[in-house]
Amino acid sequence: MATLSLAGCNRHQSALAPFGVEASSTRDLTIILLIGAVVIAVAMSLLIRHAIRTPGERLTHRQGMKLVLWAGGVVPTILLFTLLVTSLPAMRPLPTSRADLTINVEGEQFWWRVAYRPPNAARVVSANEVRVPVGRTVALKLMGGDVIHSFWIPGLAGKMDMIPGRTNTLVVRATKPGRFRGVCTEFCGLSHALMAFDVVAMEPAAFDRWLAAEAKPAAGGNALFAQYGCGGCHAIRGTGEAGAIGPDLTHFGARQTLAAGVLPMTTANVASFIRHPEKTKPGVRMPAFDHMPPADAVALARYLQGLK
Amino acid sequence: MKRLRDRIAGLRVTLWTLIVPPSMWAAHFLFSYLWAALNCAKVGEFATFPTLFAIGTAVALVVIVAAGWVAHVQANRKGDTPPHDSGTEIDRLRFLATATVLLAALSFIGVVFTAMPVIFLTDCR
Repeated sequence: MATLSLAGCNRHQSALAPFGVEASSTRDLTIILLIGAVVIAVAMSLLIRHAIRTPGERLTHRQGMKLVLWAGGVVPTILLFTLLVTSLPAMRPLPTSRADLTINVEGEQFWWRVAYRPPNAARVVSANEVRVPVGRTVALKLMGGDVIHSFWIPGLAGKMDMIPGRTNTLVVRATKPGRFRGVCTEFCGLSHALMAFDVVAMEPAAFDRWLAAEAKPAAGGNALFAQYGCGGCHAIRGTGEAGAIGPDLTHFGARQTLAAGVLPMTTANVASFIRHPEKTKPGVRMPAFDHMPPADAVALARYLQGLK
Repeated sequence: MKRLRDRIAGLRVTLWTLIVPPSMWAAHFLFSYLWAALNCAKVGEFATFPTLFAIGTAVALVVIVAAGWVAHVQANRKGDTPPHDSGTEIDRLRFLATATVLLAALSFIGVVFTAMPVIFLTDCR
């Protein structure tokens, strides 16, 4: 059982490997609670053992009542009060200002629509990857595009629901750079378990450079992309393709994973996903392109991967 | 003080006095929710020092302590030795009084624990 639990240990998707302020305080609280629970369990076991071995009538009625009052009333109250007072400040959301970066994230079946809204620049649309600058406060505005989803980056902060027609705000601050993973934690359909995303925490200067590059249009269009009508759903800025139903593909090739954190970004995977997305993600909204010759799919995949 | 104690000793704890502390706890719980909701809806943030909330909490605590004290005095009336589990008038009184004292202690803690989040969170988000 312990071996099975240890198999879950990792550094990229774990509340026990935090890279954000909120997740760190949650981890600390978890450790305090765990140690406290073990100490209390051991103390109670010793007390029960002592009580069983001690002959009766060793305590008077008054002494017994006193023991119950202190061990059963006063001490637990003090412990719970201390725990409450120390944990409540961790529940307070981080303060935000107008100068902070806002990222809109919308849950869709089964991917993530991401839009960066820097304070003094135009919004930048992306998908299936969330990048945050280390040390800066970021306000994540969470919405549900179709059904209820839930947004959770275990190493960064607690989870929060994405509800259609409502905007929930999650304020986060990353503390160390790295590549991590987030997931959907509200059952949202057949491919709920296949709805994840990459999270990249970057040094602020590198993040600013990346965001400036992400805001730029794509290098050029593609005849196959236009011929198969991909632009009906997908946008590639700068090419005239402006569909908004599916993920924005302007800088698709710069992402590390495909199909919302499910597959590695290889040409074979992209080509296979284009022809049969339902094989990777049951219930996906994107129709199958099984009439597309494999050679076209590979050519299209190469074009998309070139969109850095 | 002696006269007050004598007057209290002359009181009788009943099921009605028994429910005073938990009722205050429930009322304070509702009051906390309403105070926070109204502040967030009308002002948009909590006041730096929540005067009305502090007064409401103090009133709840005073009523609970008073009920607990009356019950405590009655629970400790002189008489036979414990356990007090006979069907006599004095044992019934002691039982109700002890139950009221315990409920008052629980309600006191409940009110403090309910007030803590309001004092610490201070944020409408």
